[in-house]
Amino acid sequence: MENGTSTWSEAFRRVAPLAMGYLPVGVAFGVLAQKAGLSDLNVVLMSLLVYAGSAQLIAVGMFAAGMPPLTIVVTTFVVNLRHLLMSAALAPYAKSWRLREMAAFSFELTDETFAVHSTRFNDGDVRKPLSFRINMLAHCVWTLASWGGALAGSTIPDVKPLGMDFALPAMFIALLAMQAKNGLHWLVAGFSGLVAVVLMQAGLDQWSVIAATVLGATLGTGVETWTRR
Amino acid sequence: MDQTIVFMTIAGMCAVTYVPRALPMLALASRSMPAIVIRWLSFIPTAVLSALLLPSLVLQEGAVSVSHNEFFWAAIPAFVLAVLTRSFFGTVALGMAVVAGTRFFLM
Repeated sequence: MENGTSTWSEAFRRVAPLAMGYLPVGVAFGVLAQKAGLSDLNVVLMSLLVYAGSAQLIAVGMFAAGMPPLTIVVTTFVVNLRHLLMSAALAPYAKSWRLREMAAFSFELTDETFAVHSTRFNDGDVRKPLSFRINMLAHCVWTLASWGGALAGSTIPDVKPLGMDFALPAMFIALLAMQAKNGLHWLVAGFSGLVAVVLMQAGLDQWSVIAATVLGATLGTGVETWTRR
Repeated sequence: MDQTIVFMTIAGMCAVTYVPRALPMLALASRSMPAIVIRWLSFIPTAVLSALLLPSLVLQEGAVSVSHNEFFWAAIPAFVLAVLTRSFFGTVALGMAVVAGTRFFLM
């Protein structure tokens, strides 16, 4: 099955639901980035090179607020640390891959493609060509949607009447609903969210996300370990 | 805005995003981790998403504000739809529509 045949139409079918989610968020990113003062080329390059919706939208907000580049890069690092887990979770399925195949595959590992691949791999569909086709199509959709947004940006006077500034929170809501598998996950979600709110109110903006994440994951591990005994 | 500085920032973002994506797969493809580490890591996506999300729903200019906060109210139907359908597109479209509608009719 590893190198079994696959077709582009099969990849299209797998990517369709994900692409429908990427479209509005990608367009919103392009519009907001254009409004923040990024050139069309840099909008497309960010989608090609960074390819992480939430970090890109956060970075655009920071560019608009005139934050220093180093702060933007560090924030991106913290926000995208969660991919460590996704990469680790898919590692067992990549045992027989070449190093450069792993390197190429993980460049296009996002919250959304992770959801598609972990479902496929769990079902026993580990076809390598299909994995790469899915990744390439999803990356194309994301990049083209951002480019379209950047081009449309100058004709849209204000994104607020369209609710586009809610695209990112809405995407987080969808991702959270997919990640939270049981009551303990919802407890961790509620706890981490509240800690982040409290820390932000205390003025600790820089550390709120990473501190709330570490505390939340530790609480979840503690409760799970304790209830299993 | 200086587009060269923007591009340098993008290059930095690319590097710090790629390393956590690639390193675990490259390092762990042939090894296994302690169970407690895997358990801890399994809560990271939930915890980080919520830590990013909740402040954006309840804070306005650094203070908790709910009654006149369209993000908070739009999040409720978006959550219900997300849990019921697990649809990215539906959740994003509904959330944006509720925010747009609230601003059009109530503000």
